[in-house]
Amino acid sequence: MHQRPRTTALFPVWIWYMLPGLIVYTLFMAIPLFKSLQLSLYTGSGFRIETFVGFDNYRRLLTQGEVARRFWGAFGNTWIFFLVHMIVQNSLGLLFALLLSSEALKWKSVYRTIIFIPATLAIVVTGFLWKLLLNPQWGAVNIFLKGVGLESLVRPWLGLEGTSLIVISLVSSWQWVGIPTMIFLSALQSISSDVFEAADIDGSSAWSTFWRIKLPLIWPIMGVVAILTFTNNFNAFDVVFAMAGANGPPGYSTDILGTYFYRVGIAGEHPVGIPDMGLGASVASIIFGVLFVGVLLMRSVFQSDGTDGTGK
Amino acid sequence: MAQVQIRSRHIWSHLVLSVWSVLVLFPLWIMVINSFKTKLAIYKSPFGLPDQWTLNGYISVFSRSSFPRYFLNSIVVTTVSIVGVILLASLAAYAIVRWKSRVSTAVFLFFLAGMMIPIRIGSINLLMIIRSLGLLDKLVGLFPIYIAMGMPIGVFVLTEFMRSVPTELIQAAYIDGAGNFRIFRQIVLPLTRPAMATVAIFNLVVLWNDLWFPLIFIRSESQRTLMLGVTRLFGQYQTDWTLILATLTVATVPIVLLYVLMAKQFIAGLTAGAIKG
Repeated sequence: MHQRPRTTALFPVWIWYMLPGLIVYTLFMAIPLFKSLQLSLYTGSGFRIETFVGFDNYRRLLTQGEVARRFWGAFGNTWIFFLVHMIVQNSLGLLFALLLSSEALKWKSVYRTIIFIPATLAIVVTGFLWKLLLNPQWGAVNIFLKGVGLESLVRPWLGLEGTSLIVISLVSSWQWVGIPTMIFLSALQSISSDVFEAADIDGSSAWSTFWRIKLPLIWPIMGVVAILTFTNNFNAFDVVFAMAGANGPPGYSTDILGTYFYRVGIAGEHPVGIPDMGLGASVASIIFGVLFVGVLLMRSVFQSDGTDGTGK
Repeated sequence: MAQVQIRSRHIWSHLVLSVWSVLVLFPLWIMVINSFKTKLAIYKSPFGLPDQWTLNGYISVFSRSSFPRYFLNSIVVTTVSIVGVILLASLAAYAIVRWKSRVSTAVFLFFLAGMMIPIRIGSINLLMIIRSLGLLDKLVGLFPIYIAMGMPIGVFVLTEFMRSVPTELIQAAYIDGAGNFRIFRQIVLPLTRPAMATVAIFNLVVLWNDLWFPLIFIRSESQRTLMLGVTRLFGQYQTDWTLILATLTVATVPIVLLYVLMAKQFIAGLTAGAIKG
C-alpha cells in the first residue's frame, strides 16, 4: 500500500485545504471573542478603548449605583427567561415527542410538520406577529378571552411589569418547541420496541413505563436539550427587541442581558447614546463566563445521573 | 380490552396535538388573512375571510417601500454566505478526514468549540474589525462574519458524513492515480450532498432570520436586510396594519414554503446542531 508518500513533508498538502476556513473562522470568530474578553479590562471613548483599568468595569457593573441596578435586573430577568423555556418549552417538547412516538398514531407527520413551523420563522416576525395579537385594542388574544367568557383575564399583556417578560418568554417557547420535540422524538424512536413490549407483557401501565423505562433512557438527551436551551437563551435578544424594544419596558421588567449588552456596549444608554464599549465587553465576558460554567455543571449533572440507567 | 385502551389513549393524543396545531396555525392565519383586508375590516372582523379582498398592502410593499431592495439584499447575503460556508467547510472537513494526525484533530476541536459559544459575545471587537476594514454599513461586511458563524456546524456535519465514505473507494481512486483534489471533487463531494443540504438549510434559516449583525453594522437604507427592514415597520407605518401584515407575510412565506416542501430535510438540518454525541 503506497498510501501517502506526499503527506510526509513538513507541511502536508492538507494544510492548504484547511487554511481558508481556518483563517475566516479565526479572524472573525475566535479573535473577536478573545479580544472582547480582553477589552473588558480597558476603557476609553467611542472606538478608542486604550486605557487599562483592570477590573474596574466589573466593579462598576457589579456594584456601582444605577449601572449595577440595571445589570442585576437584567441578570435576574435572563434567568426567568431561561427557566420559562426550560419548564414550558421543554415539557411541551417532551409531551409532544411522547405522543408522536406512538407507532399507530394517525397523521403524525402532519402534526410533526406543524409543530416545527414556528422554528423556521424569523424571531422578529414571530415577535411582531404576537405583539399584534396581544395588542390591547385589536389583539386577537383579548378578543378570544372575551369570547370564551374569561373577560377578567383581559389585560395589556405586554404593558404590565408582572406579565410582560413571562409572555415574551412564552412566545419564544411557542417558536422553539419544535426543536426539543424532534430531539426527544428521535431519542424515543431509537429505543428498541422490544423494551416496550416486554413492559406491556409485564403489565406495566403507560405511566410507569414512562417513569421507569422511557425517562431513564432519554435522560442523557434531556441533558443535551437543557444545555441547548441554556446556550440559546442566555444570550437572547431578538424576541425581546421585537416585542418590547431595547430599553426593557415597562420599567426595565423585560430587560435581559442581551438587551443590556446592546444598550451599554453598542447603541449607548438611552438619553446619551454613546456606547461604553469597555463596560459592554465586561457584560459580554460575564455572559461568556456564565455559559461556560453552566454548560460544565449541566454536563456533569446529566452524565453522572444518566450512566446507571442507560446501560451504555 | 387492550384495543380500547390504545384507542382512548390516541384520542387524548389527537386532542393535545390538534389544540397545539391550532395554536401554531391560528396566528399565521391571522397574519395572512388580514393582509388582504382593509384597515377597517381588520378592526371589525379580524378572524374571518375578508368580504372584500384587497391587494393594497402587497402593492405598497412592492412599489412604495424599499422592501424589494431589502429582499434582494437578504437573498444576496444568505446565498453568498451559504456557498462560502459549504465551500470552506467541505475543504476543511475533507482534510480532517483524510489527514490522520494530531494537527487535524486539534483543528476539528477548534472548529467544534465554536458550536457552544455564541459569536455575538465578540460583537464589540467585531465592530472594530469591520470598521477598520472599512466595511461598516456595507452588506459585504456581513459575509465574513456569517461564513465564520457557519463554519463550526458546517465542519462538524460534513466531517461526520465524510467519515462514512468508504475508504476503499478513495484508495481505489488513489491507486488509479487520482490526485487528492480530484478525489475530493469527483468522489467525496457528490457523495456528501445530503450533508451539504443539512448545512445549507441550517444556515439558510439562521442567516435569513438574523437581526443582530445587520442591526449593529448597517444603517443605510440601501444596505438593509429584510429583517432589519421589518424592525422599522412599527415606527414607519404605525397603524397601517394591512401593510405591516403584508410585509410580515412576504418576509415569512419563502422560508415556510420551502419548509413545507422539504420538511424532513429542514427538521434534520435544524436539529443537527444539537445531536453531537
